[in-house]
Amino acid sequence: MLTAVVSRVLSGISQKPASRVLVASCNFSNDATFEIKKCDLHRLEEGPPDTAVLTREDGLKYYRMMQVVRRMELKADQLYKQKFIRGFCHLCDGQEACCVGLEAGIKPTDHIITSYRAHGLCYTRGISVRGILAELTGRRGGCAKGKGGSMHMYSKNFYGGNGIVGAQVPLGAGIALACKYKGNNEVCLTLYGDGAANQGQISEAYNMAALWKLPCIFICENNFYGMGTSVDRAAASTEYYKRGNFIPGLRVDGMDVLCVREATKFAADFCRSGKGPIVMELQTYRYHGHSMSDPGISYRTREEIQNVRNKSDPIMILKNRMVSKNLASIEEFKDIDVGVRKEIDDAAQFATTNPEPRLEELAHHIYSSNPPFEVRGTNQWIKFKSHS
Amino acid sequence: RRGRTSPGATSPRPSAPHPRWELAGHAGAAPFHWSESLGRRGLIRPRPRSVVVQLQLEDTVKMAAVSALVRRPLRQVSGLLRRRFHRTAPAALQVTVRDAINQGMDEELERDEKVFLLGEEVAQYDGAYKVSRGLWKKYGDKRIIDTPISEMGFAGIAVGAAMAGLRPICEFMTFNFSMQAIDQVINSAAKTYYMSGGLQSVPIVFRGPNGASAGVAAQHSQCFAAWYGHCPGLKVVSPWNSEDAKGLIKSAIRDNNPVVVLENELMYGVPFELPSEAQSKDFLIPIGKAKIERQGTHVTVVAHSRPVGHCLEAATVLSKEGIECEVVNLRTIRPMDIETIENSVMKTNHLVTVEGGWPQFGVGAEICARIMEGQAFNFLDAPAVRVTGADVPMPYAKILEDNSVPQVKDIIFAIKKTLNI
Repeated sequence: MLTAVVSRVLSGISQKPASRVLVASCNFSNDATFEIKKCDLHRLEEGPPDTAVLTREDGLKYYRMMQVVRRMELKADQLYKQKFIRGFCHLCDGQEACCVGLEAGIKPTDHIITSYRAHGLCYTRGISVRGILAELTGRRGGCAKGKGGSMHMYSKNFYGGNGIVGAQVPLGAGIALACKYKGNNEVCLTLYGDGAANQGQISEAYNMAALWKLPCIFICENNFYGMGTSVDRAAASTEYYKRGNFIPGLRVDGMDVLCVREATKFAADFCRSGKGPIVMELQTYRYHGHSMSDPGISYRTREEIQNVRNKSDPIMILKNRMVSKNLASIEEFKDIDVGVRKEIDDAAQFATTNPEPRLEELAHHIYSSNPPFEVRGTNQWIKFKSHS
Repeated sequence: RRGRTSPGATSPRPSAPHPRWELAGHAGAAPFHWSESLGRRGLIRPRPRSVVVQLQLEDTVKMAAVSALVRRPLRQVSGLLRRRFHRTAPAALQVTVRDAINQGMDEELERDEKVFLLGEEVAQYDGAYKVSRGLWKKYGDKRIIDTPISEMGFAGIAVGAAMAGLRPICEFMTFNFSMQAIDQVINSAAKTYYMSGGLQSVPIVFRGPNGASAGVAAQHSQCFAAWYGHCPGLKVVSPWNSEDAKGLIKSAIRDNNPVVVLENELMYGVPFELPSEAQSKDFLIPIGKAKIERQGTHVTVVAHSRPVGHCLEAATVLSKEGIECEVVNLRTIRPMDIETIENSVMKTNHLVTVEGGWPQFGVGAEICARIMEGQAFNFLDAPAVRVTGADVPMPYAKILEDNSVPQVKDIIFAIKKTLNI
C-alpha cells in the first residue's frame, strides 16, 4: 500500500521540476511528535497512545489524499448539479480524516467494507479518481463499468459501497470469518453510520463476531445525523462505542487523521492477537447534507457547520500541525493543491466525455463463470446476450 | 389405496398380497404408485424406480432388505415392485433424499476445503431434519458451524465469507425463516456480481426445506420458488428425488453464483434407487436443465419437487385409461428450461403445470406465459392449465390442509379437463 500511495503522491507532484522538490525537503524536519486526543475506552484497560509520530513523508501523503477526497467530493457536487450524475450521491467531505486515517492504520491485505457514503474509501482503497467519477457519471470507464453507480464500487479487498443501511455489517463479519478461517492474520474494517447503528442485524453481527472471536473491527462513523435525524432523536444510547456491550470499544476523534490512525493500529493489533472483535466510534462531521437532494440545513444550523469548518476541519488541522513543527511549508501545500486540482479536473473531463456503456452489454455479469445465455428485455422480442 | 392388490403385478395370476408385505411394514401405508406401473407395463427404463425387490414363490428373484421407514405414518414407505419372472435383481442402492443431500455435501466438503456449512443446529444436533448428520463429527467446528437464531446476521456473514473467497453453504431451517434474511440473499448476494461490473462474485448456496410440510400451518408452509425465481442473479433449483438432490446440491456448491436449493421436508425420508453413475463423487446434474421422467403422447405435465411424484402417480392411473402423460421434472426454477417444455408441448399439444405454491404469480403462471410467447403456443389444442396450492394461508386441520395442497386426484381432474374427457 505504501508504495502505491507514495507513487500516487509522487505522480501528483511530478508536475513541478524535480529540483524544487529537492530544495524544499532539505529545510524541514523529518518527523515530529504530536499530542492527540485520548480515546474513551469501554471494557479496555489501555487504549491507543496519546501521542503520535508523523513523518514528513507520511504527512504530505495524508494531506494529499485528504485533499483529493475533498476536491473529488466537491467536483461530484458540481457534476451532480450539472446533471452529469443522477440518482443517489452521498458525499463525505468533512470526513476525510476517517478514510485516510483508517487506511494508514492497516495493510493493503486487510479488508474494508462500508456503507453508501463510500467515495473517500473507494479512493483510499485504490480506485482512481477517474474510475470513481466515471462510475458516478455512468460511463463505461467507471470502476464498475457504469453498472453500479455511487453506491456499488468495488476493488481488491474493498467490498463497496452498500446501499442497504446496515446490511454491510454482517457482510463484514463474514469477511472477518473468512480471514480467521484462512488463518492469514488479516482483519476486516466494517463501517456503518450512527443511523445504521440502530439496525438489528448489527446486534446479530456483534453477537456472532464475539462468540466466534472474529477479527472484525466494527467502526461507527458518527457524524451526528442519520439523514435528517440527530443522534439524540434516534438512539436511546448515543455512546456508540459502548453499543457492542460485551465487545470492547474506543471513542476516537474522527477529525484528526493521526488519532484515527493510532486507534486503527491499536484496534487491528487487538484483532490480530485473536482477542476477537472491537468497536470503534469515529466522531466526525459531514459538511454536505445526507445526499445531494438534502441541503443539510433544515435539521442543523449553518453556524454549526461553519463552526466545525473553522475549528475542526481535518485538512486544516493537519496542515497547521505540519507547518507549526516545520515539517512542510505553506507553499508546498499550495503546490500539492494545484496538483490535486489538476488531477480532479482531468478526471472530471474523462468522466464527462467517456462514452456510456454499450447497450449490448446491458445483460452482462448476471452470472459468474457461466457460458453465455439469452436474457429477456422489456418485451419478448428484445433479447440480450449475457456474458460473465 | 392401491397397495396390496396392486395392478403392478407382472404375474399372469391375479395379484394377491404376498405375506412378506406385512413383514416389510407395509401395513396401512401407501407405496410408490409410479413404481408399480413399471412392472405392469413391462417397461424397461434406463433408471428404474424400483425400490425393493420382493421374493416370489416360484421366482428366483432375491429380496433386498428394506429399512428406510419414515417416521410419520402418512408418508410413503418403501415401495414394492414385482419384477418379471426371469430377471435377477441388481444390487439396488437405495438412498433417501436426506442421505443423498448428506452425501453430496460430504463429498464437496471433502473435495474443497473452502466449502463449509453454517446454520441453526447443523453441527451438534446433526441438523434439524438430520440432513447434516455426521458432518460435524467428521469435519469439526471450523467447517460445520452452529449459529444463533439470527437469520439476517448469519446469512449476511455467509455472503461476506463468500465475497472473501470461501464457499459457504447457508442452511435455513426452513425457507420461511429466510424471509428474515431475504435482503442479504437478494441485495447482497444475487445482485452483487452485476452491480460490481463483474468484479465481485458470490459463490454461496442457500439451502433448506421449502413449501408445505404436514400440519405445520400457515407460517411454516410457504413455497418460495416464485419469490426467489423472480430475481436475476440467483440460480434456483428444486430437486425431487435422491438423484436430483445429490446432483443438484453438488452442482450448486461448485457453482460460482448464489444458488438457492429448495428441498422438501416430506421427501427427506423417501428412498429412491440411486443409479450407478449417481454414486460417483463427480456426479453433477446441470443447473438449468429439466428432465423427462416419463415419456408420453397426450399431455405434458410439468412439475417441480414433491408434486413430480404425484404427477407420476396420476400418469399411472391415467395410463390404464389409455392416456399417456409426459411428465417433466423441472429440476431448476431459474434459469428455467422452457425449451424442454416447449418441445414436449409441441409433441403432446396439451399442458398442465403442477406446483405446491400459490397460483398468483407462480411457477405455473410463468410457464404458461412463456409457452404463449413461444412457438409451442401454435401447437396447443387447449389452454394451458395450472394445478397449484389453494390461494389461502395454509390451514391446520387435516381436511383443510389436504384440500390446500394439490393431490393426485386434482392432477388427474385437470388433465382430463384439458383433454376434454
